[in-house]
Amino acid sequence: MSVRPDYVRPLDIKNGRVDLSHGSGGRAMAQLIEELFARHFDNEFLRQGNDGATLPAPAGGRLVMACDGHVVSPLFFPGGDIGCLSVHGTINDVAVMGAKPLWLAASFILAEGFPLADLDRIVASMAQAAREAGVPIVTGDTKVVEQGKADGVFISTTGVGVVPDGVRLSGERARPGDVILLSGTLGDHGMAIMALRENLGFSSAIVSDTAALHGLIEAMLATGADLRVLRDPTRGGLATTLNEIARQSGAGMMLDEAAIPVNSEVAAACEFLGLDPLYVANEGKLVAVVAAADAERVLAAMRAHPLGERAARIGSVVEDAHHFVQMTTGFGGRRIVDWLTGEQLPRIC
Amino acid sequence: MKYVDEFRDGKLAQVLAGAIAAAARPEHSYSFMEFCGGHTHAISRYGVADLLPPNVRMVHGPGCPVCVLPIGRIDMAIALALEQGVTLCTYGDTLRVPASKGLSLLKAKAQGGDIRMVYSTADALRIAQENPAKHVVFLAIDFETTTPPTAVAIKQARALGLENFSVLCCHVLTPAAISNILESPEVRKLGTVPLDGFIGPAHVSTVIGSRPYEFFAAEYRKPVVIAGFEPLDVMQAVLMLVRQVNEGRAEVENEFTRAVTRDGNLKAQELVAEVFELRRAFEWRGLGLVPYSALKIRSEYASYDTEFRYALDYQSVADNRACECGAILRGVKRPQDCKLFGTVCTPDNPIGSCMVSSEGACAAHYSYGRFRVQGGSSQ
Ligand code: SF4
Repeated sequence: MSVRPDYVRPLDIKNGRVDLSHGSGGRAMAQLIEELFARHFDNEFLRQGNDGATLPAPAGGRLVMACDGHVVSPLFFPGGDIGCLSVHGTINDVAVMGAKPLWLAASFILAEGFPLADLDRIVASMAQAAREAGVPIVTGDTKVVEQGKADGVFISTTGVGVVPDGVRLSGERARPGDVILLSGTLGDHGMAIMALRENLGFSSAIVSDTAALHGLIEAMLATGADLRVLRDPTRGGLATTLNEIARQSGAGMMLDEAAIPVNSEVAAACEFLGLDPLYVANEGKLVAVVAAADAERVLAAMRAHPLGERAARIGSVVEDAHHFVQMTTGFGGRRIVDWLTGEQLPRIC
Repeated sequence: MKYVDEFRDGKLAQVLAGAIAAAARPEHSYSFMEFCGGHTHAISRYGVADLLPPNVRMVHGPGCPVCVLPIGRIDMAIALALEQGVTLCTYGDTLRVPASKGLSLLKAKAQGGDIRMVYSTADALRIAQENPAKHVVFLAIDFETTTPPTAVAIKQARALGLENFSVLCCHVLTPAAISNILESPEVRKLGTVPLDGFIGPAHVSTVIGSRPYEFFAAEYRKPVVIAGFEPLDVMQAVLMLVRQVNEGRAEVENEFTRAVTRDGNLKAQELVAEVFELRRAFEWRGLGLVPYSALKIRSEYASYDTEFRYALDYQSVADNRACECGAILRGVKRPQDCKLFGTVCTPDNPIGSCMVSSEGACAAHYSYGRFRVQGGSSQ
């Protein structure tokens, strides 16, 4: 019998599990990277095979860099998984700065014993999300920790993009009279996870909205409108995002509850769990503060994009020394929409 | 969610607001206490106060489960988790209630206590089944609404032969608290708290029915209208109360007929009576010791009674001296009357229990209504 001297038994992706050697820096780790990560992520920068990726310096504009850690539980949920979520999340953080996202880096913390089949599914999903977005994952890292020291897999991603000269989006630019636009329904991601965790019967109808928003943002910027602020209301939901903008800008906000779109299943699940959709996480929505004169133009551009079909004008920026975010309720009264208190939903993204 | 939206219809609300304004006599002022935290929350969340005429005032009552939980009870739960190593399960808001030594269950959890937030007693039972080596304690709080599920959990634990599960029972009773308020010197003698009627609880009444309130209406001449938790329910109940006052009636009326009957849920009552009995007295935050105002687990089920199993002794602990929760729970003061409100005490750093849950008067006012403070028109 002849033995090929350079033969390495391929990774058993179907039945194998992550073990400590996969994070050791030795041959097992090289094999995991080659047969799993590199196979899915493959691109010219990753193929350089060095400790870091060498990238072409952009010709103009300013660089934007953002990072985001992902610890969502469960790892797979209706509409997505931790893999595509970790790609979308960081792309969105870069894109809401008005930047065109260019590259991503990904770092994995794996728990010993984690099934390679699940890891393969997650990495494939990341690769697909990156491909669809046109933003390659150019470098990465893997660490393994002992059983019980991490829950399956944690992924943190970093993104780099370029903002064209002349685009300046920032929370402090909101000013009284501006209009607040929302790209679609609230609470879909958070409630998809919660419905799964709490085993709600009607959960199947709720699907995470996880999506990369840079295409929608490009369309909004292309209108040439004076966009003052863009944000993606993730953890803490719309309420938290608007309070952040109010604090940064020193202005107040007045929302109209009846104008805020919420899917009926999400509303029902929120009602059931005693949650308020205004505070529930989104992963594929954005809120924009726009000069009033440009609002209709931007809204039309949003509605023309598949991720903004249900976009709505939900309120306006007002003068308020206390910079409160307030809302006219659908009922006809008025209330404050305050910061989120405590942790409403741990490990939602 | 069509069903729910029907009860939050802004146009209907305007119609009701008009009817209340027309019915309320300008020379009269009306003060109604909403007993329940659920109503407090609905009033604040939907801005109901904005729809009432200035001479109709809502006074927040003590019906907020975590608000009335005294420090001593939370201390007990913390000691069980930190010193006895039990797995302590409870509903979310309870975790943030301030206890002694600057602790709360949430802080005790960060110190290594195995404390878990659950959505139902079934979750706690499941945790006990999955962790046979640990003793699992369910910290049961709340009014009559959740007593049947707690009774079910205890009976299920027995049926399953679960030996590592017990209940730290802090269930309290609505009628006893209403009596206590009506008997308080501020209402009876001093008249510092004008109370012209009550909005009676929604969910509690689905269990106990409307009959228990008949005594208050007859004995104290105070009208009671049982109402659902939707804002239109509250408006409708206010209108019914205004009419009763105008006509000099003091009756129990039921706005929430879609869920509440005179006798309530007899099956649930039987179940509760089988597992629980009255406590001779129970300390409430704000109201102090109230006789026959809470439940304890019957001796037949003693092995599921945490207090019995761990031979726990209740130690009363005084509240922060500046905190006005007590007076607020009795309707004597308003949140903004407290010196700590919105400065030292906020929902992120609550000093008293009324600032914890969104059903608490201080938290509801802070989170939804504090823009009104400047105008002084708040309640
Ligand atoms: S504001 Fe805080 S300290 Fe003051 S009464 Fe309310 S809970 Fe107590």
